[in-house]
This record gives sequence, C-alpha cells and structure tokens, in this order.
Amino acid sequence: MDKVVIAEDLSLSYSSEEAIINQVNFSIDSGSFVFITGASGSGKSTLLKSLYGALKPKYGSLVVGGVELRKVSRSKLNFLRRHIGIVFQDYKLVKEWTIEKNIMLPLIINGYGKDVTQKQVDSLLKHVRLTHQAGKYPLELSGGEQQRVAMARALSHNPILILADEPTGNLDDYSSQLIWNLLEGANTQLKTTVIVVTHHIPVSMNVEYKHFHIEYGRIHAVN
Amino acid sequence: MQSIKNHISLVIALLSILFSIQIFIIVDRSIASYKQNLTNSYSMVIVSQKSIDNNTTLGFSPLISSVSELTPDSIIKRLNTNMNNKNIELLKLSLPKFYKIQLNSYPSPDEIKALTKSILRYPTITKVEDFAHNHDTIYKLLLLFKGVVAIFAVTIFVVTSLLIFKELRIWQFKHSERMSIMGLFGAPGWLRSAVLFRLALMDAFISSFMAFALFTYLSYNSWVLQQFGNVGINIIIFNQIDDFILLFGTAVFLSILLAMLIVVGHKEEA
Ligand SMILES: Nc1ncnc2c1ncn2[C@@H]1O[C@H](COP(=O)(O)OP(=O)(O)O)[C@@H](O)[C@H]1O
Ligand SMILES: [Mg+2]
Repeated sequence: MDKVVIAEDLSLSYSSEEAIINQVNFSIDSGSFVFITGASGSGKSTLLKSLYGALKPKYGSLVVGGVELRKVSRSKLNFLRRHIGIVFQDYKLVKEWTIEKNIMLPLIINGYGKDVTQKQVDSLLKHVRLTHQAGKYPLELSGGEQQRVAMARALSHNPILILADEPTGNLDDYSSQLIWNLLEGANTQLKTTVIVVTHHIPVSMNVEYKHFHIEYGRIHAVN
Repeated sequence: MQSIKNHISLVIALLSILFSIQIFIIVDRSIASYKQNLTNSYSMVIVSQKSIDNNTTLGFSPLISSVSELTPDSIIKRLNTNMNNKNIELLKLSLPKFYKIQLNSYPSPDEIKALTKSILRYPTITKVEDFAHNHDTIYKLLLLFKGVVAIFAVTIFVVTSLLIFKELRIWQFKHSERMSIMGLFGAPGWLRSAVLFRLALMDAFISSFMAFALFTYLSYNSWVLQQFGNVGINIIIFNQIDDFILLFGTAVFLSILLAMLIVVGHKEEA
C-alpha cells in the first residue's frame, strides 16, 4: 500500500530549544483515517505543522505525498499544499473576505473555473449548514460556525490529504457529528487520507481508523 | 463598508502627496512667471557717442534679446522752453545716442557686471546704466522665494516618506495574515501579492482622479484666478494632460513601491 506520510528518525523543535517531537518513526497509509491524541502541549499541532511544511524537520526525514520536506523548494511545497486541506486550530480565516470567498480560496488557488467553484461552494455551505451566512464575514460568526467554515474550506478542492487540528473543539454534539460525517465521507467516497488531532475519538465511527498517541516527544501506535 | 475602509487610508496618504506635488508645481510656475515679468520690465540703457547698429549691439552678448533706440524727444520736450526748431535739431545732433536693451532672462548681479564690462569695451560707448541697486533688491527677493520653494520641496519629500512609511506598517500588518493563509494553501507568490497590487493600483487610480477633480475645479474657480490675477501672475494652474500624467504616474509608482516593499518584507509564519 502507498504511504502518504513516512517519518524516519524525525525530530521537531522550535529554534534551538529541546525537541518537541523526538526521533520518531511512523508512516501513514494512503487512504487511511488517522487519529492523533495527546495531552495539550504534547506536540500534536507541531507535528501537523511539519506535515504541511510550515516547520522543517530538525533531524531525520519526513516525506509527505512523495515530497521530502527537509529540503523542499518553495514551488514544490506550494504544489504539495495545493493538494492538502488544512483545518487549523485557530481557523485562520481571512477576516476581510466573506465566508463564501474563504471557502473558495483553495479552488481559486488551484485554478478552478467560476462555475465549478460556485457549485462546489454552494454544496459545501449546505453540508456545513451555513448557506444563510454565505455573505457574512468571519468575525460576524460564532466560534463553532467559523470552525465549520474552516472545515468546508479544507474540503473544497478535494485534497488527497486532510489535516485537521481539533476540528470539533468548539462544537456541540450535533455540529461535531456533522464534521465527522464530512470527514468520513471524504475518506470513503474520495479515498482522501484524513489525519485528525482530537481529544475525543467519537464512539460512533463508521470507518476503520488508526490511532496514534503522542507522549514525551514520542509517538505510539495505539491500535 | 469593509471595502471602503480598505481603501481610505492609502487614498488619503496618496492624495495629500499628490496635492503637495501639484502645489509645488503651481508655486514653481508662479515664480517662473514672476521672473518673466521681471525680465520684461528690466532693461539697461547704453549711452554712445555715435550710433551703433542693432546687430552690433545684439552681438555683445547672447543675453541680449532686443535693442531699441531711445529718442531724445521726450527729454528735449521737458527742456523745451523757447528754443527754435533749428536749435533743437542742433542739440539733437550733439546729444549722444541712447539705446535701451532688454535681456532674454532675468540676470544675476554677476551677469550684469560681466555684461556691462563687455559692452563698455566698445569704443564709442561711454556709459552703461544697469540700475544695479534696484535690481539687486529684487534679485535677493527672488532668491528668497526660491529658497522657500526648496524648503517646501524638502518638506514634501520628508512628509511623503513618513506617510508612505506609516502606510507600509499598516499594510504589512493588514495584509500579512491573508498572504500567510494563502501560502498555507499553496498559493504561489504572485497570487499571494495579487490582491495587494490590485488594491494598490486601485488606490492610485482613486487618488489621482480625486486630485484631477480637485485641481480641475481650482483651475476654473474664479476666486483662485482672481488671486493670481491680482499679483499679475498668469499661469496654468493644472494642465489636465501633462500634470495629470505626472500625478497619476507618481501615485502608481508610490503604491506599487509600497506593495513591493510589503511583498519583500513578508515573512512566512512557522
Ligand atoms: N511557534 C512556537 N514557538 C515556540 N514554541 C512553540 C510554538 N508553538 C508551540 N510551541 C511549544 O511547543 C509545544 C507543543 O505545542 P503544540 O504542538 O501546540 O501542542 P498541542 O499538542 O497542544 O497542539 C508546547 O510546549 C508549546 O509551548
Ligand atoms: Mg494544538
């Protein structure tokens, strides 16, 4: 089976401080559904950052989608990122753009036509139950609504890999279930690899998943 | 509302810069016009024992633009008591010749000195009246004017730099977040900065057209025209083609420069 992520002796740290992720080895099969858990401050977000190339490996190697991230050119990184959908812990929505335009961003970057873009955005807005908010700006929405916008944006361009950092952290049970359904849908129907950082793995998962746990800078496979 | 807010601060900064530039141009033109007035009213008088033909006089210096002979009639008329015509004719013959020369630009005191000297070399010329004292005062006034304009220009430059620098900080703050987010979804550099350049260009358009409207209005405003008329200065306040091109070019240049500084200064967040 193809590997979408291969980490060998991977160490991550900010500046010259001690390693937050320390010499870990793991790989993620393409098309799989992965949960990453760990105490807060254990390095979950840090690991995700490295997967989309925002934090270069200190030591070891990290290959994502066939691209070695330790020494990657800007254009190659851009290319890789165009095939990844990210849900950030702090959402990272563009404040001066409407909800609709925010969701469109990856489609615009990937050069989709107007009609395709609009159709896709309308369908996603419906899925995250935000159709009536389309013209609003992020700061006019609640935290939970912003999180759903971030989810819609991450899914919009049918990426091969979705990285979601606590995507249900701010949501009630109903909205959380909406998000899990979307992620499961992408995984089963589009064979998208999904990597989710979360504190609670939902009990009612309908897909098979792998579970990694981060502790003291190491990553263990739980199942 | 949001979109207006995005534009207003740079438009105001650009507009005040364009305003200063055009005011500078107007002052500069006023001085040039004033100088032309001075040149027209300034003349020297040459006294010669014999008549000199105009071409010879013109040959004294390239500064000289025209020569005209002063007829002694008016002086004689004043003297005129009860001389008969014959005596007047005799007197006229014995009188030296007077020539008034005009220059093609307003001379500096040194130029006057040099010119006087070279004219006096001509054998029949006995005297050159250069009205130097009078001229000196006016010339100093003109230098003062020019000094004031130079200070004004430097002030514009400083204020412009400060305004642009302040805008730069605001813009850096405002746009870096969006540029980072676009980068996280793999937008290439040109696309990340496209919004910035579009906004910058739009602001350049808006501010130069506002300046166009303002100065077009001023150049037809009767009160303004009257003020210039009062001091005998006749200038083009706003040339709707040449001046506009200059203002528009400046606005585009500054806003693009601003956008480029931001793109260059943008750092990816880790
Ligand atoms: N940008 C940063 N610069 C320096 N240290 C950071 C930065 N981001 C996170 N850290 C530190 O790295 C550690 C792991 O953080 P993080 O990956 O965000 O944890 P979490 O598992 O809660 O997502 C923490 O000790 C945090 O203080
Ligand atoms: Mg985190």
